[in-house]
Amino acid sequence: MSFDSILTLGQTALELGLISSLTVLALFLSYSMLNVCDLSTDGCFTLGAVVGASVALSGHPFLAIPAAMAIGMVSGFVTALLQTKMGIDSLLAGIIVNTALYSVNIGIMNGASLLNLNNSDTVFTKMRSVLENTPLAGQYKLIVIIITVVLVAVVLGLFLRTRLGLAIRATGNNPDMVRSSSINPVKTTIIGLCISNAFTALSGCLLAQSQKSVSIDIGTGMVTVALASLLIGGAFFGKGKIPLRIFGMVVGAFVFRLVYTIALRFNLPAFMLKFVSSVIVILAISGPYLKKQLPYLKRRFGKERTHA
Amino acid sequence: MLKLTHISKTFNPGTVNAKKAIEDLSFHAAKGDFITVIGANGAGKSTLFNAISGSFFTDSGKIELDGKDITFMPEYKRARSIGRLFQDPMRGSAPGMTIEENLALAAGHGGWLSSISRKDRQAFRERLSLLGMGLEDRMTQPVGLLSGGQRQALTLMMATYNPPKLLLLDEHTAALDPATAEKVLEITKNTVEENHLTCMMITHNMQSALELGNRTIMMNAGKIILDVIGEERAHMTVADLLDRFKQAAGKALDNDRMLLSEAE
Repeated sequence: MSFDSILTLGQTALELGLISSLTVLALFLSYSMLNVCDLSTDGCFTLGAVVGASVALSGHPFLAIPAAMAIGMVSGFVTALLQTKMGIDSLLAGIIVNTALYSVNIGIMNGASLLNLNNSDTVFTKMRSVLENTPLAGQYKLIVIIITVVLVAVVLGLFLRTRLGLAIRATGNNPDMVRSSSINPVKTTIIGLCISNAFTALSGCLLAQSQKSVSIDIGTGMVTVALASLLIGGAFFGKGKIPLRIFGMVVGAFVFRLVYTIALRFNLPAFMLKFVSSVIVILAISGPYLKKQLPYLKRRFGKERTHA
Repeated sequence: MLKLTHISKTFNPGTVNAKKAIEDLSFHAAKGDFITVIGANGAGKSTLFNAISGSFFTDSGKIELDGKDITFMPEYKRARSIGRLFQDPMRGSAPGMTIEENLALAAGHGGWLSSISRKDRQAFRERLSLLGMGLEDRMTQPVGLLSGGQRQALTLMMATYNPPKLLLLDEHTAALDPATAEKVLEITKNTVEENHLTCMMITHNMQSALELGNRTIMMNAGKIILDVIGEERAHMTVADLLDRFKQAAGKALDNDRMLLSEAE
């Protein structure tokens, strides 16, 4: 393999990793901060992609971004409402919304399960024409993605320092304490899920515009892929302060993509992506648990063997 | 200040596990009262506190605080005027957040999008130094690293940062070692005095129930069976208290924990 092709592979991994890092940041807010495992992530990612593509198709690639984020917020609002005001368990609320979104997404695509953006402008083609004849022309995709990720990461970092951000963090950490600070944990959960779903939808929107097509299963398994990235990122920078942890999330998303890209080079079939991400999530969550059990397991089974 | 009128609460009504936790209880606390609450396990002390602070709504009756009907006010809104500490020192603060972040939430200054300012930090530092626990130099450390006593002292500070109308202390020193408990109790007394707080404190130590505060109530089976104040209370001994319990409840107090702490 030539050096050039390695570079191209690395760049593709970086692009895709950074796009999915937006979903990882969304889960960082809902899963790590609010302590809610938001299973509507898959549907919301697709929703963002579908809405983003539709608006871009109608000739407004830039409008597609706020549109996708706004619709993601609505989806997050519904998920949050189900679990805070209507007595539905938070996991179930996510699954229900996810199922409903399947119909919504196909509805937005006018009954089709595929949209093609080959002949329409995207934020990426706009950037390409801006950068034409400059040394950066080849990196137009990466530049758009980096700008977006940096913006989102900085906004998220600043937001988590505000009183509202602190209240959201405390909601996942100790809801009793939030209530005794005269803050309604229902409100913080709703706001947190709205913001995180806006990020998820943005992530989907960028992927759709970058690959110039959307299919209804573009978001399938996204929650597991993002969780895997989140846990990888947490392994690197899980203990530090919030800005460092946010940086860790982005690194985690890239590392996951990189590992996956390398695995593909070793003839791992592409359809194995989701299997690999599931295994990573299983290992990352069960690993620390099993490690804790190890001394007891050793005592229990080790001793019997020595007696025998 | 606090007025409870005929409140009742039954858990699991209509089942074999139905338990009348509070039965037709009426009670009035005056402004500035420091009331100690004693009673055997299951007497309804904590349930009473839960009813006052709004962890659940009572089945009947009315709860008024400072002339305002709060019977159906949600818990988080009541928290503006009612501060509360639990026996478990872990319950009052967020372990994954730093001391200053916890304090910022408790202080509740500024808008939703404002962050901790230098002025806030200075104020937190000054207040923390009053605890004499060295926490003022650890403001950026997560609260999860503090000891139980430090966390309880911090929780007390958070609960009284904006002086509440009513402070509820639910055996808040019971889980601490004796020396730390003593210290936290000392901080409690000072805080209550300085801010002229109205305060109710559940304790299992009958001696300190008589020594602390200006009024003592004893609960049994969801009712207040004894309420002493002033001259009568000043001359009371633990033995008198046990006698009065026997008279009112029709049986001797059989709570090892209370009797043991009496012997201490």
